[in-house]
Amino acid sequence: MSEKQANSTRLRRVIKMGDLDPAFKREIREIPGVEKINLCFQCGTCTADCPIARFSEIYSPRKIMRMTQLGMKKKLLSSESLWLCAACFTCVDHCPQGVDIAGVVRALRNIAVREGIIPDVFKELTDNILKTGYAYKIPELRKKKRTEKGLPPLPEANLEDVSKLFDVVAVFKAKQEEE
Amino acid sequence: MAELKYLMFLGCVIPYRISSYEISARKVLERLGVELVEMPEFNCCGLPIDSVAHDAMLVLAARNLCLAEEKNLNILTLCTGCAGTLRKVNKSLEADKKLKEHVNGHLKEIGMEFKGGKIVVKHLIQALIEDVSLEKIKDAVVKPLTGLKVAEHNGCHILRPAKYIGFDDPENPVLLKRLIEATGAECLDYMYETDCCGAPIIGVNDKIPLYLAGDKLRNVKSVDAQALITVCPFCHMMFDINQPRIERLLEEEFGIPVLHYPQLLGLAMGFTPQELALEELRVDATKLLNVSQ
Repeated sequence: MSEKQANSTRLRRVIKMGDLDPAFKREIREIPGVEKINLCFQCGTCTADCPIARFSEIYSPRKIMRMTQLGMKKKLLSSESLWLCAACFTCVDHCPQGVDIAGVVRALRNIAVREGIIPDVFKELTDNILKTGYAYKIPELRKKKRTEKGLPPLPEANLEDVSKLFDVVAVFKAKQEEE
Repeated sequence: MAELKYLMFLGCVIPYRISSYEISARKVLERLGVELVEMPEFNCCGLPIDSVAHDAMLVLAARNLCLAEEKNLNILTLCTGCAGTLRKVNKSLEADKKLKEHVNGHLKEIGMEFKGGKIVVKHLIQALIEDVSLEKIKDAVVKPLTGLKVAEHNGCHILRPAKYIGFDDPENPVLLKRLIEATGAECLDYMYETDCCGAPIIGVNDKIPLYLAGDKLRNVKSVDAQALITVCPFCHMMFDINQPRIERLLEEEFGIPVLHYPQLLGLAMGFTPQELALEELRVDATKLLNVSQ
């Protein structure tokens, strides 16, 4: 069986009522910006116009919207495709129903993180910001080279403030519980 | 006329890897009479961790906005990601009282308060169009790049979501084209011009962005553009630093130099390639210089 056929068989698989979490739609609807998830009528404009979907066998924003409406929480949160949105916002601009599709994907990712599911790259970015203020660890040599190149010194981070803010919004709560 | 003085928000990617963008932008802006004040303190705009915790993105962005409010200066960014994020948060907090209270509740812990309505955030090309003006840029051109044909890649966050960014037409962006034409070069249209470069997901899946960026490079090449012009460090990294990787993966040769817009403008303003750090580009741009001189 070709991969395409296998995929279409998977798509036809029966959705079991027991796997659905009807409260999930309400949970997600409470998140600011995501209120309009109910209005998605599955026209598929988002997927048709998505540059990532053109090159991915598994990424479909339309499918993510439907799965969210149906409350397929477990499957959604553990799916690799949840992390493939590049946040280009084409779908947000094109959705005829005004659904903030990228916002829904972001909200789902936030929930996944709280449940302990987080790709390594995001752990690293978060950690870098907490420790340096910058999303990437900038080597000392590079900072020194700025002077040679006639550039002003890099502004320092206020790490105390960053750390306080991370505490307040509980960024690492899920991670610490997990470890 | 708007006062040409801004708080320079450098972001993380530029000091990490793309100093050629900063070097060329500072040169060009200084010549155009733009004064840049450095950030007194810095933290990431928040965009990279929006996926981890939306609230964390909001407070990191808001903290930077508060610093700008204290200085009473508009923010200028070179990165479209920073521009989009800071602009969106600035506008959302101004428009949504509840959200502003929520964020200010967090900021109280560090003794800050977002007031709103005091400053605006602009990306480089937005400041060039809206504050510096095309006329002034044309006047500064002393070596027009006549005969040079290039294509542009805008970078998503300078265009979308339209309701927060409100700059240019996201479906048919023309302002970067006008800026390119001001240098005397010709800017060509190509297929899938407004598509994302794919860079934001490269840490999760590297194949998709490489295929996506490769598709764009192929389309740029097919209209015979001699260079691609970008205005975002992330997009630049995707098309320039990753171009050899893309060529290997797709088994295709592109050889398309990728210049930051201020490098292109700088050449037309008479700066030398060295002054604009052209030698820092991965894809050799020397062949372009022969065309334009």
